[in-house]
Amino acid sequence: MKILFDRIDEPGLNTLAVYERRGGYASLRKALAMTPEEVLGELESSGLRGRGGAGFQMGKKASFLPKGSIDKYLVCNADESEPGTFKDRELMQKTPHMLIEGIVIASYAAGASRSFIYIRGEYVLQADVLDAALAEARAAGYLGEHILGSDHSLSLVIHRGAGAYICGEETGLLDSLEGKRGNPRLKPPFPANQGLYQGPTLINNVETLATVPAIIRMGGAEYAKLGVETSTGTKLVSVSGHVQRPGNYEIELGIPAREIIYGLAGGPPRGRAVKCWFPGGSSAPVLTAADLDVPYDFNSLAGAGSMLGSGAIIVVDDSTPILDVAIKVAKFYQHESCGKCTPCREGTNWTVKMLERIDSGEATPMDLDIMASVQDHIIGNCLCVLGDAMAMPIGSMIAKFRDELESHIEAARLGSAVRLVAG
Amino acid sequence: MTAVPRPEAGERATAWDEPTDEAKGPAEIPDPATTRVPAELRATIEQAMARYPDPRSAAIPALHAAQELHGWCSPQAIEQVACVMGATPAYLASLATFYDMLQTAPAGPHSVYVCTNISCSLRGADALFAALHGAVGEDPEIDVRAFECLGACDIAPMASVDGVYVGPLSIDDVPRLLDDVRAGRPVLSEKQLAIRPVADQQARP
Repeated sequence: MKILFDRIDEPGLNTLAVYERRGGYASLRKALAMTPEEVLGELESSGLRGRGGAGFQMGKKASFLPKGSIDKYLVCNADESEPGTFKDRELMQKTPHMLIEGIVIASYAAGASRSFIYIRGEYVLQADVLDAALAEARAAGYLGEHILGSDHSLSLVIHRGAGAYICGEETGLLDSLEGKRGNPRLKPPFPANQGLYQGPTLINNVETLATVPAIIRMGGAEYAKLGVETSTGTKLVSVSGHVQRPGNYEIELGIPAREIIYGLAGGPPRGRAVKCWFPGGSSAPVLTAADLDVPYDFNSLAGAGSMLGSGAIIVVDDSTPILDVAIKVAKFYQHESCGKCTPCREGTNWTVKMLERIDSGEATPMDLDIMASVQDHIIGNCLCVLGDAMAMPIGSMIAKFRDELESHIEAARLGSAVRLVAG
Repeated sequence: MTAVPRPEAGERATAWDEPTDEAKGPAEIPDPATTRVPAELRATIEQAMARYPDPRSAAIPALHAAQELHGWCSPQAIEQVACVMGATPAYLASLATFYDMLQTAPAGPHSVYVCTNISCSLRGADALFAALHGAVGEDPEIDVRAFECLGACDIAPMASVDGVYVGPLSIDDVPRLLDDVRAGRPVLSEKQLAIRPVADQQARP
């Protein structure tokens, strides 16, 4: 069942003409004929959970916005920067009107009159495609004042970022969109009450919003029949790393992870085996080959001690030392930490130093315990989850690959002792 | 262990990264009467400011525009943006130092960002970066940087060449990539992300 990726490579799908020929913007007409409450009801009954990482129910989040005629905002989070994730890129590049249609419908349901797409600055091609689609949609009356003769008006601005992982965090994104450094804010107040320019704001991921037209077309209850009970619908999964066919795949939630990694993506290169895999971007705790039969949905992955996150599977095969993976991951979060909260700023920094000490032969097995306790002290102690995003995978690597790390420590110490004697 | 330089008794600590002129006060909002701003840059910034309920939201687009004109966020570029937006240069400098795509040092007209994050490094990005870096050498025209995840792990290892995504790259592609950049041709046209079909076989028409 393809909803988002249905014949996505059809030539010209990024233009209004082809999108309309395929039935595009019919969902918008249908939605505008309903009341906003009815549209919200469909979104809630669809059970759609946010596709950006946290997995919060989209309809419920939209219902948190206060009613009334105050200025409300809708922000589409297109700052896709979780390592391993590249699904929104393909959606925006190939079917931008699906996203725009979703934004107009969602803003109607939430009562928002201004909307923004915050797209990461590196996505030049995709932002250009969106700009062109926006101009077409505006000219056709799908955006602007009194959309299709209704009372709903909406402006849309495409805002290009400038390269900062932290701006994918919703409150960091809001600060960045206001023209500041992308520092996360203290929550509560949540963006639904006090977000952009201090106004009520609904923030959703690209994939979440792009799914909205399909939900209106099918009806929420019908959409909820896809997938499994707690994780309805289809999901785009970005598979990368040591697999033979890396790329984006649309799957029905709840299929075994093995089917994605081996069936769709072809598994690791011949002669190699899966050592570990990140089920939801590099901030998810790693799972091992023993977990390959876990159903790929929000609750099953949480039950296995990890998370679905952004739906990015990174596969690491047995040719790679786990320490190399740990250093890469930790260095990324060290670089991207905004520095506002001490546990994250210092924790990421010291974790990198301690990991590098392992490689240079200066570590002892006790360091692993210290490192594990550093991770414990980061989790839950910062304004946002960037620190947790390092602590969770590093903590899981220490727990699951302790033997390998200990022998790495020993081998590196021997190596440096030999160098000392020889030197 | 390297010795940490410590200030002498009575000496004032300087700024974290670079020495600053302690005798100078902070720069104020530049005076529009005495600051020359190229008309085109002014128009771009004012247009951007008009798009948002709060004009300050245009700070990043404005810095992007100034960087395009000046090649980097030079003190002069920042001063011009500050003048049009009515912001202090310090405020804009705080943005330029925060965001990776805003350059705070002179850079060549061409940029090659090599993704060296986890998915790309599993497929050889570190060797690719080293090869590119070595091949470019001291050429001031091309700025090769290791970059965080660029969101194209399906074409790992990859690079963003003047904003155009290409991959999967091998070390053998390096000479032709650089030739294309220097000649102003489209870079490795058969390896551009723009023409790549979706991986999901069942999604193809």
